[in-house]
Amino acid sequence: MLSVAINGLRFRNPLLLASGILDESGESMLQVIKHGAGGVVTKSIGMEPREGYENPVIYELSYGLLNAIGLANPGIENYGEEIKIAKRGGVPVIGSVFGKDAEEFAYLARKMEEYGVDAVELNLSCPHARGYGMEIGVDAALVEEIVKEVKRKVNIPVWTKLTPNIHNIVEIAKAASNADALVLINTVRAMAIDIEAKLPVLSNIFGGLSGPCIKPIGIRAVYEVYREVEKPIVGVGGIIDARDAIEYIMAGASAVEIGTAIYLRGIHVFSEIASEMEDWIKKHGYEKIEELVGIAQVR
Amino acid sequence: MYRVVEIEKIIKETPTIKTFFFRDESQPSPGQFYMIWLPGVDEFPMSISYIGERKAFSVKLVGEGTRKMHSLSEGDRLWIRGPYGRGFVEKNKKALFVGGGSGMATLAPLIERMRGDVIIAARTKEELLFKRRFKNRRVYIATDDGSEGFRVFAHELVERLLEENEYEIIYTCGPELMMRKLIDIAIERGLDIQASLERLMKCGIGICDSCSINGYRVCVDGPVFEKDILIEMSDLGRYTRDRAGRRVPL
Repeated sequence: MLSVAINGLRFRNPLLLASGILDESGESMLQVIKHGAGGVVTKSIGMEPREGYENPVIYELSYGLLNAIGLANPGIENYGEEIKIAKRGGVPVIGSVFGKDAEEFAYLARKMEEYGVDAVELNLSCPHARGYGMEIGVDAALVEEIVKEVKRKVNIPVWTKLTPNIHNIVEIAKAASNADALVLINTVRAMAIDIEAKLPVLSNIFGGLSGPCIKPIGIRAVYEVYREVEKPIVGVGGIIDARDAIEYIMAGASAVEIGTAIYLRGIHVFSEIASEMEDWIKKHGYEKIEELVGIAQVR
Repeated sequence: MYRVVEIEKIIKETPTIKTFFFRDESQPSPGQFYMIWLPGVDEFPMSISYIGERKAFSVKLVGEGTRKMHSLSEGDRLWIRGPYGRGFVEKNKKALFVGGGSGMATLAPLIERMRGDVIIAARTKEELLFKRRFKNRRVYIATDDGSEGFRVFAHELVERLLEENEYEIIYTCGPELMMRKLIDIAIERGLDIQASLERLMKCGIGICDSCSINGYRVCVDGPVFEKDILIEMSDLGRYTRDRAGRRVPL
């Protein structure tokens, strides 16, 4: 009922772990899989080990989370063992990578393929790392070049995760349309000030906003891109319960990724949402979640 | 969101540990922790060492953030969030509490709520924390250099005490290698055990994966773990993770 296929990869349900949350170590990913995730996306891995920013790296809000972890990661050469462990979970493992140019992205993706991931996700959207992520992901020509180069170097599906911090996401989605799937959206660039300290809270000053408050932005992005680009879409941003997940799917997503909800509801959120979704589908007379993809599109 | 609290009183406990008293309406249980932010300097996790209306952190000087903390005066402010994590589970079993170094800060509020004997261990007598805090109970002292009490490591004193006492559970907090040894003793002798663990922590709320040990998050699933989980932690006392998340030998 909940099973979906994207680029020939079969997921037991459309609820994937989003990159950056509980996915640095293979054993943590195994825990997430044990609690029902249909697939996992790893932390974004770069060329070298990277410590990330100093604390505070996170700020709790009543409507979401603000974070600037800073792409902390062990580096690609140290990551093979984590993938090997995560693969024991028996669901697709998607390797997220970030580089500064097409060459780095291609190298990282190739390494991930060697390590045995089922697909790679190109992080073209982290909103708080100088020279990476969003700074690359707003340049349509560069996005097109990176996707082409990675596609040339690997045989596994290539997903691109795009930023909402741009005036026209359709333009970037078109530039990335050589990819096998589009992941929409990453966090929204944001900041917070503590008025008693009279200072920005995050050590990096700027961070990415996630959680319920960004869901309408994600829904809008998925809806817009679905009409213009004929590639599977994976929806991300503020999915806390089954209704949110179904909303994304009706906008055009084939699957969704979940992150902040782990903080809000606990690690068991995947199996809970899966069973909430099954109830909804039965109650509304559908047989498969795939029937709902894009049905809210107004033509 | 942070709460701002005022430091009411500071007590110098040892050459490297100071206790900072403050008032706050949160209701922590023993073993839980807070994140302390010193604006412009650092944010770090700290377990609670007094849990009444008048609360306290007992802070060991270990790095930049705690150095700044040690330079604060009464009347200065702290930015805090929490309490976080899972504390100790109070069980109706004959207990032995084993605190090593600043680990006593975490154990102390639990000891005050329960019955049982206490081992306070430290490298030297100057570093013994809270040796006069607990009334009407047996307190054993162990120092690495023998400057006070028994000149043995904490786990050796535990083995000695087990020869004459029928303890059913060990509650511990201290250096990871000490706790590893105590867990091994508990497994070998069929004792129950709970340990409060410490790892490099960034977010404190269970998402960044920095403090995970074998898939268990110290900040949310812990910091206090019970025996069934501790048994699964093959990395404990052997491997840790650095700031970049690399698994490195301890």
